[in-house]
Amino acid sequence: MKIAVLIKQTFDTEAKIVVKEGKVDPSGVNVIINPYDEFAIEEALRIKEKVGGEVVVFSAGSDKVTESLRKALAMGADRAVRVELDGVAVDEGVVAEALAKALGEGNFDLVLTGWLAIDDRSAQVGVRVAEILNLSQINMVTQLELADGKLTGSREIEGGMEVVEVPLPALITAQRGLNEPRYPSMKGIMQAKKKELKVVNASDLNISAQPKVEVKDVFLPKAKEAGKIYKDDMAAAVSALVKALREEAKVI
Amino acid sequence: MIFKLTEEQEMLRKTVREFAETEIAPKAAEMDEKEEYDWSLWDKMAELGLSGIPFPEEYGGVGMDHMSYAIAVEELGRVCGSSSVLLSAHTSLCLWPIYNFGTEEQKQKYLVPLAQGEKVGAMGLTEPAAGSDAGAMKLTAKLDGDEYVLDGTKIFITNGERADVYVVIASTDPSKKHKGTSAFIVEKGTPGFTFGKKEHKMGIRASNTYELVFENCRIPKENLLGEEGMGFKIVMKTLDGGRIGIAAQALGIAQGAFDQALAYSKTREQFGKPICANQAIQWMLADMHCRIEAARLLIYKAAYLKDTDQPFSQEAAMAKLVASETAMWVTTKAVQIHGGYGYTREYPVERMMRDAKITEIYEGTSEIQRIVIAANLLK
Repeated sequence: MKIAVLIKQTFDTEAKIVVKEGKVDPSGVNVIINPYDEFAIEEALRIKEKVGGEVVVFSAGSDKVTESLRKALAMGADRAVRVELDGVAVDEGVVAEALAKALGEGNFDLVLTGWLAIDDRSAQVGVRVAEILNLSQINMVTQLELADGKLTGSREIEGGMEVVEVPLPALITAQRGLNEPRYPSMKGIMQAKKKELKVVNASDLNISAQPKVEVKDVFLPKAKEAGKIYKDDMAAAVSALVKALREEAKVI
Repeated sequence: MIFKLTEEQEMLRKTVREFAETEIAPKAAEMDEKEEYDWSLWDKMAELGLSGIPFPEEYGGVGMDHMSYAIAVEELGRVCGSSSVLLSAHTSLCLWPIYNFGTEEQKQKYLVPLAQGEKVGAMGLTEPAAGSDAGAMKLTAKLDGDEYVLDGTKIFITNGERADVYVVIASTDPSKKHKGTSAFIVEKGTPGFTFGKKEHKMGIRASNTYELVFENCRIPKENLLGEEGMGFKIVMKTLDGGRIGIAAQALGIAQGAFDQALAYSKTREQFGKPICANQAIQWMLADMHCRIEAARLLIYKAAYLKDTDQPFSQEAAMAKLVASETAMWVTTKAVQIHGGYGYTREYPVERMMRDAKITEIYEGTSEIQRIVIAANLLK
């Protein structure tokens, strides 16, 4: 079984986000593998441990992403590919196209990735890659079974569970609950450096890597203001509240 | 000088920190309260490969260096002093002397399962009347045919009762005092080897501390480690490395208390502002941070010297002295910053302050470290 996993490096969920000159300031911020992508790595490793094969991790980004790819290798992936793309993460179309091209010749039976990244929360890359490569897909999977060359994935839907079966090759996006990702072992950490980490450029993949969207501004949400309590006599309070809803909050 | 950890060391730190915060930290207070270690944590540590960090793969280890080992002990200490000393005593006091002085057979038989974490290790050195003065040792080992017969007791033994393999120091020739001591490998379950009283301690309360009792305990002759009379030398060499481990534990405790105090000072409000807005608190934080970093650099230097096969016993003693006194000082300040809450068991700094004290005592008291350091200066 040849399995590919697509991962993205994101800020730590506990990181304090600072915006400087219209950009999120990355200095001093701890970076992690997007947690949903870690579920994908873990699932790939479990399938490999069961049926054998190879797990290859892919990520698009600058050299900084190497650290996250090494962690995936330390967890047990066999090799890694970094697609050199800097500053285009904003355009999921470009990222998906680049990853799809990089996956292209690999003849993967299964592609796994997180259903969204916790930073931009766009939930675009997985589904786009599946569309470009014409793969069957199941999204937001919390349980996955492989039998007779078919994948059965379960996901939560409004009021219940939905069970979807797809033939291979397929792309699966992982949702929380799929598994509990392992820690890289000390042995894994020692082996990670000896494993192959290939870097491919946009030109190698024959893509333009020009983002079609542009970020106009980045800003933090307004700090939450303290609530206001109207506690005059009932009639006056209601009238003041309605006035505030209309004129200040502009919701009615 | 290059003050930079390798990629592997950085990844190890991140991994052990995440592991410690997720798996150990939530249990630390309860284990301390109950004076009972949750040994399922040891199994998880073993699975990660923490049980054999600085030993080659052929002996069941992972082939990392002592710097990596020190970082792992530090990260465990940051959340739980008991977990930290468990790993330190196992690695430095039991596995290391077997690795360094053991025969190939002894390494295959004992080091491999210990490094893989299937077994836990301990060392028996201290006796009621022989603490810093190892020459006053009363436990004897007499050769009788193909066996040594051990008689006597050891006290304050870390990992005691739970550990499967013990490196025990005994007197084979009492007339020669410390030069007549020898080291032996003793397995738990050997007839005549039992456990006496369990110590109830001020700190590291989840760590097993037991008395070892030997009564006509017969062990095979081939369990002698090194040669007869080498006991003191083995102990001294072992403690040199052990001091890096205890220093790292102390550093971890200090760092953990500092992190708690820093976070608390930002959220605790008095007189309408967070207490960190007061210069009195800021100066404490600045001093704590400086001392911790100074201790860290001493420890990493000692580990670096050990990893590069250079003499390091002076640096290990300095690191242990400074780190343990830093741990005591920093945890006291951390409790102070927490005020009344810091004195309660609601916050971990109370436990950390209790845990810190022992680092100034075991594996050579601060006074012994000063003797070692001064002796090196004056020789």
